[in-house]
Amino acid sequence: MTILAYLIPISLFLGGLGLAFFVYTVKTNQYDDPEGDSRRILSDEYDDHPKP
Amino acid sequence: MSGNMRPTPSACPACAAAPSAERLAEEAAAHVPAQIALSLPTIHCSACISKIEKALNTHPGVKSARVNLTLKRASIEAESDITAADMKNVVEALGYEAHELDSGTLNATANDRAGRELLMRLAVAGFASMNVMLLSVSVWSGATDATRDLFHWVSAAIALPTIAFSGQPFFRNAWAALSNRQLNMDVPITLAIVLAVVTSLWETALSGAHAYFDAALALTFFLLAGRYLDHRTRSIARSAAEELTALEVPRAIRLRDGEEETVNIAELAVGDLVLVRPGGRMPVDGVIVTGTSEIDRSLLTGETLPVFAGEGQSVSAGEVNLTGPLTIRASAVGTDTSLHRMADLVAIAESGRSRYTSLADKAAKLYAPGVHILSALAFVGWYLYTFDMRTALNIAAAVLIITCPCALGLAVPAVTTAASGRLFRRGMLIKHETALERLAQVDTVVFDKTGTLTAGTPELTNMGEVPRRDIELALALAEGSSHPLAQAITRAAREAGFAPARVSDVTEMPGFGTRAMHEGQEVRLGRASWTGGQGLAETATFLSRGAGAPRAFIFADRLREGAADAVESLKQAGKTVYLMSGDTTPAVEALAARLGIERWMAEALPADKAERIQAMSAEGAKVLMVGDGLNDTAALAAAHVSISPASALDAARVASDIVLLGSDLSPIAAACDTARSAIRRIRENFNIATVYNVVAVPLAIAGFATPLIAALAMSASSITVSLNALRLR
Repeated sequence: MTILAYLIPISLFLGGLGLAFFVYTVKTNQYDDPEGDSRRILSDEYDDHPKP
Repeated sequence: MSGNMRPTPSACPACAAAPSAERLAEEAAAHVPAQIALSLPTIHCSACISKIEKALNTHPGVKSARVNLTLKRASIEAESDITAADMKNVVEALGYEAHELDSGTLNATANDRAGRELLMRLAVAGFASMNVMLLSVSVWSGATDATRDLFHWVSAAIALPTIAFSGQPFFRNAWAALSNRQLNMDVPITLAIVLAVVTSLWETALSGAHAYFDAALALTFFLLAGRYLDHRTRSIARSAAEELTALEVPRAIRLRDGEEETVNIAELAVGDLVLVRPGGRMPVDGVIVTGTSEIDRSLLTGETLPVFAGEGQSVSAGEVNLTGPLTIRASAVGTDTSLHRMADLVAIAESGRSRYTSLADKAAKLYAPGVHILSALAFVGWYLYTFDMRTALNIAAAVLIITCPCALGLAVPAVTTAASGRLFRRGMLIKHETALERLAQVDTVVFDKTGTLTAGTPELTNMGEVPRRDIELALALAEGSSHPLAQAITRAAREAGFAPARVSDVTEMPGFGTRAMHEGQEVRLGRASWTGGQGLAETATFLSRGAGAPRAFIFADRLREGAADAVESLKQAGKTVYLMSGDTTPAVEALAARLGIERWMAEALPADKAERIQAMSAEGAKVLMVGDGLNDTAALAAAHVSISPASALDAARVASDIVLLGSDLSPIAAACDTARSAIRRIRENFNIATVYNVVAVPLAIAGFATPLIAALAMSASSITVSLNALRLR
């Protein structure tokens, strides 16, 4: 059962990573326009280079 | 976007590198970037987004523009000399509809702070409950001794900070209720969460078998989900309502030393000269200094007939100028205008909604004391039976957790979210949280006439009786005018295929009518007094041709789309339909007959309407008021529940619970049905929650409840309740 000593911290760390990312997306207004964002990926406007 | 499209902040690179403080200050003053918001109701795809953004971003002076497809809005940051009208033209040139939004109104609640906070707490609770559930499943599947204790301690380490963070909304509400010496749903919730955590900690410390950390977290998660749904429903409605308000940009044209300047209405002062163009709404109370015109007072009084306006006459804010430009001297501005004073009176008046206790509150009143008593009895009973504090406390906690209103907390928000979403797609905005419940009880519907059942635009009714020659002549005279009656003649004559007669020297006399020369004779189309006609009871305009009596053109209000359907289906649903209007008796009687409404009331003052509705309520009727004008606001507030169309005056929209977004009235009857089935679902949900309790509570009291049973009961009831809500048709 010593494997638990690794597995529990790992699972907590990964879960925490997910949570941290979620907090980041909320803080950077990524849920303001879900409909528009789902369509924007279809546009080829900034496909070659990032938005200036 | 290429570099040369962006104006560099400074002319030479050296200045840009080392700008003096003075320059900086100057620049800051001159370049306050303008925040412009446009409403784009017709955009729907990715092509629309990129087309509009590209056009806006390449417009000189625009710093950045972004389209939001969810809100159907564009927000633009631009140099201060760019106006919203420029931006509107850019978008309209691409073939999209665009309306200016008042960014001041929008900014007030641009960031939904409370919603984000809830979402964050929900996310943390979800993360923690999943992890703890994982550990709990290992315990349930047979971990023992040191391993079990380790799992419990890890669970505690996750659960304690999470509950301290995520449970705050419940703790705050419970504390607020308790300090008012009241009980609400949050008191048993808080008690259950706290008790679960405390007994679980105790059990873990004594290396006991059962810990309820997962239950406490799942409870927090499910309840937060309910709160978040509830919040979202209302914030969607609120932002849509705000957009309606923001569409009326508060701007006026002020005359200063003969120069026109566009200013914010808030900047107008008493004594200012204000120019109101035809089609514009009076921004202030005032006296007409120059110009003659006709004004439409229907939003304030319900009268359909335009009123003559000349020099020296006073006008009130909210009235619409119809034909000629008017210059008025402001006598009352801002919150002192009669419009505002009337609107404020409504805000003070007690409204139907404040008297109503929501179903959730009623349930909480029954439920909260019951749960506390049950759990206390279990504690006392087991303590007397075993004289063991630990067993007694464990069982009391289990009872509280199992009875905890997980399903009850979801029962109402899940259904109202589903129902509000359905109604929103049909063009109805549910503004108030209990509006659906109140709408379901309605048995009497009161309609206002002007602007509600009728579109406020007149329609020619006696075209068949007028000789062809006269119609052609009237068409020639009416064509150039923006007066609503003239436009009605033009529309009717064009639709019937008439061509205008040949006339010359057409001149419009604002406030009177139009005159021209036809076959060497002066012909006039206009008011009775100006053309020599006999005033009639109906709305009418007259054509005089030199010889013979003037010919009358009679008008009736055009029905709003779906008005006949709405009245018909409400009557079929067994509801009593009333018509109450401030308009004249013949006009109201004619409309009532046309729609088959038997009970009507004409020439009603605002107070009459409200009184009549209060009298009906006193007799036990649940009244739905549908109205749009300022004269309806008191009635809207007095009614059990109220609806106003989007075209209504801001004050009326604020006073009503539901706003109709489209111009069609027919969703009203369907909304009553949806509301009734929503209430049925809510009651079913309460029953489901009760059934779970009836099964699980005896187990808990008997001491057979384990954390596994608690988790199963809680999840199963929450999921059934949510699924039941989705069944809503």
